[in-house]
Amino acid sequence: MTQTQQTQQKPGKYDADDRGYFGGTWGGRFMPEALVAALDELTVAWQEAMADETFVGEFERILRDYAGTPSRLYHAERLSAAVGARVLLKREDLNHTGAHKIRNVMGQALLTKRMGKSRVIAETGAGQHGVASATAAAYFDLDCTVYMGAVDTRRQALNVARMQLLGAKVVPVESGSATLKDAINEALRDWVASVDHTAYLFGTAAGPHPFPSMVRDFCRGIGDEARAQCLEQYGVLPDAVAACVGGGSNAIGIFTAFLEDEGVEIHGFEPGGDGVETGRHAATIHAGEAGVLHGARTYVLQDEDGQTVESHSISAGLDYPGVGPQHSLLAATGRATYTPVTDAEAMAAMALLSRTEGIIPAIESAHAVHGAIEVAKRLGREKGPDATIIVNLSGRGDKDMGTAIEWFGLGDAEEGPEADLEVVEGVTQQ
Amino acid sequence: MTSTSAAFAQARAEGRAALIGYLPAGYPSVAGSAKAMQVMVEAGCDAIEIGLPYSDPVMDGPTIQAAAQAALDGGIRTADVLRVVEQVAATGVPTLVMTYWNPIERYGVERWASDLANAGGAGLITPDITPDHGSEWIAAADARDLDKVFLVAPSSTDERVAMTAAESRGFVYAAAVMGVTGARDASSDLAGPLVARVRASGDIPVAVGIGVSNGDQAAEVAAYADGVIVGSAFVRCLLDHAGDEAAGLDALRALTTDLAEGVRRAQE
Repeated sequence: MTQTQQTQQKPGKYDADDRGYFGGTWGGRFMPEALVAALDELTVAWQEAMADETFVGEFERILRDYAGTPSRLYHAERLSAAVGARVLLKREDLNHTGAHKIRNVMGQALLTKRMGKSRVIAETGAGQHGVASATAAAYFDLDCTVYMGAVDTRRQALNVARMQLLGAKVVPVESGSATLKDAINEALRDWVASVDHTAYLFGTAAGPHPFPSMVRDFCRGIGDEARAQCLEQYGVLPDAVAACVGGGSNAIGIFTAFLEDEGVEIHGFEPGGDGVETGRHAATIHAGEAGVLHGARTYVLQDEDGQTVESHSISAGLDYPGVGPQHSLLAATGRATYTPVTDAEAMAAMALLSRTEGIIPAIESAHAVHGAIEVAKRLGREKGPDATIIVNLSGRGDKDMGTAIEWFGLGDAEEGPEADLEVVEGVTQQ
Repeated sequence: MTSTSAAFAQARAEGRAALIGYLPAGYPSVAGSAKAMQVMVEAGCDAIEIGLPYSDPVMDGPTIQAAAQAALDGGIRTADVLRVVEQVAATGVPTLVMTYWNPIERYGVERWASDLANAGGAGLITPDITPDHGSEWIAAADARDLDKVFLVAPSSTDERVAMTAAESRGFVYAAAVMGVTGARDASSDLAGPLVARVRASGDIPVAVGIGVSNGDQAAEVAAYADGVIVGSAFVRCLLDHAGDEAAGLDALRALTTDLAEGVRRAQE
């Protein structure tokens, strides 16, 4: 199934209206007037581009020849046997730059060229989006500046170096909590002053209209591919799909193809940090409340006065106190279920997948792996071993090795890893 | 409650532009901020904008963000901002709150509008809602005759300028530059044409903000605008004298005097 066929579908009940509101409530455009003209220009350019077969064809060609899509749908057999259901991994970690992010940035950068702009800016948490943006900028010969929370530049030093090698300028942001939300604030400030020649490559399906819908459209190939691959390889739709949710671009990318398939359960797994009850987490839908952040009405971690509460996750890529507004609609309507996964659970899943399948996932993706295992066990009990769940393996774990070394106490030949990996009985032995 | 348009009318009657001063509530303290704003009124501000400190102020530069963050670190609450409004409004000058939207939505739009009106506040300046996404606030403000001050920018289309002017009450806030708040050395050549575009779409007063920091710049802007808005330069007076309240207030008084002379000098 081609991207062209998918991107020209009529709006469904889970899509935004013309003003960017999902379900009439979530999303919108709460932005300074200075940026409205740019957002209007972007909206028109994006809609015209997606209706232009030449643009869509070029986007598909770049994804195929450069980014390496379609990504594989892989049957994790050892894991499946242990949980009693079929677990399929959508291998976005195999894409160029190691994550689903390349789809979004190549789409936005191609659009930037079409709009005649010469510079891109981006924000990044873990660095995946920053690396993808720097890559796209190099590919399209665009000047690139990436804003990154100072805390994140320290915990993701390797990705900072990658961005610099690719030719991007990385600006550490010291304000606020010095993490992803502050990087977004700083990128927006840059954009207000540079909007005539600069495009903002927004990194997730959040922010003001049209970003939530546009980012979703550039990422929806994940789900379109997975749905077609599952039908082709197994002759049935999956019983469930699962993905991690920070801002939610990889999740909305895979969910979108299945929204109208009412029999397919949709599960988002949020960063539960030290545990939601501790207050140190980033489980925005589970524990947040409706509010406005970064230009959209959505679920936000906030205090009684509407001040954004600092989030926490072991995964910098999920460490965000807001979420894409379409996820808020899916949660509010019950179409999707969002569940927190703690740092410890995600790290155990990271180790488990590494040892059972030889695949080291990004810590972001490991949240989805843990959550999917729990869903798969239930599905297996209810429907037997042919019950199927697709997990979006949104990124690879190379960038997270520093965290893994510290968490598991790796690198000591005599002591060995300290973590208890007995997550799924019979699959992993210490 | 004193309507902001009354202040503009008064200034116009005196043949000059109005001077509007901004400070965030809660810096260096709740009481200290109220006192500082009272000094600004005494020294010549015709209206006061009280900033509601917010964790994610995307339109603000480092100076205002630093003071707002200090206020938040000091524990300021939305209810404290209303107390500052009450004290400043008691001076008799129109007192507006400049606020990002989420704190108001969280407080409750209707409840906020009522409490603001009861505190003597004149209305709101809303940097991150535009009239086309602000229907809830517009309804609440209209029910109480509160000022609705929306922004226009050099990038605004003529259609949006007209829409914004039509929906605003009190005045229209013209952002002089494409950028965030903060004092600048050079004045903007974008502000004059923007003011002219607002004027062409109605007779609501237009005040220019972002970048003005001294009397000469104020005089320059006052030559073509109904009002001059100054923020970061006032905040800088307090930040530069952190820990010495008397010195901060002296600096604030001196700057206000300079700016007040500036808005008068323009007409000479």
